[in-house]
Amino acid sequence: MSQKYETVIGLEIHVELKTATKIFCPCPNEFGGEPNTHVCPVCLGLPGVMPVFNKRVLEFAVKAGLALSCEIASYSKFDRKNYYYPDLPKNYQVSQYDLPICKLGSVEINNNGEVKTIGITRIHMEEDAGKLLHGGATITSSNYSRVDLNRTGVPLIEIVSEPDLRSAEEARAYMEKMKAILEYLDVSDVKMEQGSLRCDANISLRLVGAEKLGTKAEIKNMNSFRSLQRAIEYEVERQTEILDEGGRIVQETRSWDEEKGITVSMRSKEEAHDYRYLPEPDLVPIIVDPKWVNELRASLPELPDARKKRFVKELGLSEYDAGIITGSRALADYFDEVMIKYNDPKTVANWVMGELLRLINAGDMEITENKIKPDQFAALLQLQADGTISGKMAKTVFEEMFATGKGPETIVKEKGMVQISDEGALATLIEKVIAANPRSVEDYKAGKEKAIGFLVGQIMKETKGQANPGVVNKLLIEKMK
Amino acid sequence: MLLMKKMAVLKSHGLFDIVLEMRGGASLSLTSLTAHELSELLDKRELSSKELTVAHLERIGSVDDKVKAFTTLTAEHALLQAEEIDKKRVHGEKLSPLAGIPMALKDNMCTRGIRTTCSSKILEDFVPPYDATVTEKLNSAGTVLLGKCNMDEFAMGSSTENSGFFATRNPHDLNAVPGGSSGGSAAAVAAQEAVFALGSDTGGSIRLPASFCGVVGLKPTYGCVSRYGLIAYASSLDQIGPLTRDMTDCALVMSAIAGHDPKDSTSAPMDIPDYSKYLVNNVKGMKIGLPKEYFGAGIDPQVLAYLQQAIGKLEEMGAICEEVSLPHTMYALPAYYIIAPAEASSNLARYDGVQYGLRVEAEDIVSMYCKTRSQGFGDEVKRRIMLGTYALSSGYYDAYYMKALKVRTLVKRDFDHVFENYDCLLTPTSPTVAFNHGEKADDPLTMYLSDICTIPVNLAGIPSLSLPFGQVNGRPVGLQLIGKAFDEGTLLRVGYSLEQSTNLTKPLPALKGGSRA
Ligand SMILES: [Zn+2]
Repeated sequence: MSQKYETVIGLEIHVELKTATKIFCPCPNEFGGEPNTHVCPVCLGLPGVMPVFNKRVLEFAVKAGLALSCEIASYSKFDRKNYYYPDLPKNYQVSQYDLPICKLGSVEINNNGEVKTIGITRIHMEEDAGKLLHGGATITSSNYSRVDLNRTGVPLIEIVSEPDLRSAEEARAYMEKMKAILEYLDVSDVKMEQGSLRCDANISLRLVGAEKLGTKAEIKNMNSFRSLQRAIEYEVERQTEILDEGGRIVQETRSWDEEKGITVSMRSKEEAHDYRYLPEPDLVPIIVDPKWVNELRASLPELPDARKKRFVKELGLSEYDAGIITGSRALADYFDEVMIKYNDPKTVANWVMGELLRLINAGDMEITENKIKPDQFAALLQLQADGTISGKMAKTVFEEMFATGKGPETIVKEKGMVQISDEGALATLIEKVIAANPRSVEDYKAGKEKAIGFLVGQIMKETKGQANPGVVNKLLIEKMK
Repeated sequence: MLLMKKMAVLKSHGLFDIVLEMRGGASLSLTSLTAHELSELLDKRELSSKELTVAHLERIGSVDDKVKAFTTLTAEHALLQAEEIDKKRVHGEKLSPLAGIPMALKDNMCTRGIRTTCSSKILEDFVPPYDATVTEKLNSAGTVLLGKCNMDEFAMGSSTENSGFFATRNPHDLNAVPGGSSGGSAAAVAAQEAVFALGSDTGGSIRLPASFCGVVGLKPTYGCVSRYGLIAYASSLDQIGPLTRDMTDCALVMSAIAGHDPKDSTSAPMDIPDYSKYLVNNVKGMKIGLPKEYFGAGIDPQVLAYLQQAIGKLEEMGAICEEVSLPHTMYALPAYYIIAPAEASSNLARYDGVQYGLRVEAEDIVSMYCKTRSQGFGDEVKRRIMLGTYALSSGYYDAYYMKALKVRTLVKRDFDHVFENYDCLLTPTSPTVAFNHGEKADDPLTMYLSDICTIPVNLAGIPSLSLPFGQVNGRPVGLQLIGKAFDEGTLLRVGYSLEQSTNLTKPLPALKGGSRA
């Protein structure tokens, strides 16, 4: 089908920063906890309290801005965003309106090999709201709702992109890139399932070639990369159908329903809040010293793109492999640590991307939850390289290591899995197998080289897989000459 | 015996005359003294804080049904605090000059475990789990809290008639209003129910009641006293300050409450000055500006006459008094009535019935919000919330709020300009003396004009002091001194000089005229 419409997407990402304390009070910034235990008069919004800005939040926001090539404002301020909701104890959110801390940045994304630069409009700092636990399905259909204010005052940055994304895949690639960068900066846990990384999407369509943007819908409530992609795909389809039928898109906010796989209208433009922004009179303006910004810039860690380039250039990894491994700082760090003890980039890359990621994905785990220590990983590869165990054995040992956290030597010993490479020990067995299978020997001698496979298999069976297949192969050929 | 001893003590301090003027026994006379006089008696162990506290509680018992200065009395708490200080004194601990002095707080300053209502039904049962910084500071200075003072609801008003509970009366004439919004604080000090009190001033809320009730009231420079724990009306204008019997007490209380507070980001990074060092009876060579905009039409001729008398006195003492101009004065009032309500509309949004305070149950959350706020807030509060909400609405923001901020800058520049050549300014605190109860209650615009002389100072963030100077028909007149930012010292010096050289600065309350009270 030829493309009639162009999809235009802009993303607003909310990132919870992992500072030790909340943005405006000394309460711990920790996920979870019994409801209303990480609270104090300030984050409860009691009468008379005043916020005190946590300077670590500024540091983290500026780091994010620098990593995304933003301009860092030397003068910035907080504003109040006024709206009523029971998870917002003051009924205003302290945020930034016209003078955000960062603006005019960009980020490069790689969508299946296609590289593209996406503009960053702005990054601003704000406080998170609490959580509501409804007695029923929604706030309006419930007899009661409970309010948990542990999350109130957790520091957030909102990163707003330009409407530069053109497909659900690009949007996903952008989100994945953001997650990687923020993880490299060590400013957030970036866990979508726990809500430390959240995203709203503004989606519109326009005729291919048209300049003017179409009417957009804002989609909320997408809790994973997968749901982001699905929601955008659904929304593009929905808008396409409306336009094809000669209808008009309504400017509105829509919510993604994960179960039904559809977006549903939340509120129209007319019902949208008038936030009545007001400069926050309880806080002083934020003055940023350019010298401090330069210090932060100099102290930024190596970012995913730079690391990927280094892995390709210095370690000889393929673009694809380097992309996967550097896509997560934890994974790339792990890779580097294995490499310290076992300096064979291609083998380590194969194992990390093959066995390790397979098991981690199957267990729906984080890299950091993996029980295999990098030096154990290296030791396993060494056992395989010096022929102590076979490649097949190594995979079995690896699974055991992953499950139990035991070292490879221990597992090999426990299971008696040492490979038999001694030619003397194998010679008797080989002669016995040759004698027992004259037909196969005949076939081999007649030129059917495949017949040797059967003989190797017999020997492996006799040794319960412990014979070194290379040595067996060599000895067989010698004996059958 | 005891009475005789006390009288002798008072006589030995040259205070006998004051005592003789008072009706009633020794307790009553004790309540007429200033903090610094009482501090001396306490220091010499000629008086205990407990005796002093009992005297004040008795005084409250005998007059507060007329004055109605308190929303909450904390008698037990006060006696415990007094006993504790007395013990410390017996043990020879070094105590602050305010140790053991009974005082009162405006009911918008948070007191842990003691209800803090803002004189609003919406906070009628609110008991804060924490202390305001001023509460903490006065606690550590060893003062004794007698109770919380009535006010215009959420500090919105000029007469203390807008209290959600009851109106406070002017101790000089019970038919008159005490001024507002810190009317309870000023009346308590004037009626000798407390030695001093704290008030808060957003557009004149310390100075107007100080003027109407014949006490000293200081609105310090914005950022001088921590606002942490002060229930906000308009955060960029609010400032806490003392209401006292004289300038010396004003300096003492300021020294106890001023200074940087890490919990208030807008508090100035300053050391706590010893304000007492400014109590100097000398204004020689000082240049005092008389802004002509404050002396125009509407000023009561008798008030004007006292002002001229004060000017004459200052000139006599060697000060140079000259007319100056603050040309944007007339725009200050309208700008204030955009900025203050705008901030208030946001500050008061939290009173929604969800977490604390009044909740009126309803079928859904939005109706609960509506009913709670409709029943919890009084008319004036609702009026200002609506004004502020309107001013901040999209499409109106630039025309109202932005413009008001520009006016604010111009008003501030006016002051900066005259302070290049003058040490301070002298104006009336109010064009008239206290008006009658009910006189302006139904006319908000006329009521707003009560603050015409005090509002510009809040917009500029500078310090200003109201000092009693004479009476008209038994109702006190107030002089307003306006100074440069963080130059409270000059105001104290000029005020002290006037106080030392005339007998007009300490009007005594009649506690009469309240047949309707
Ligand atoms: Zn907190």
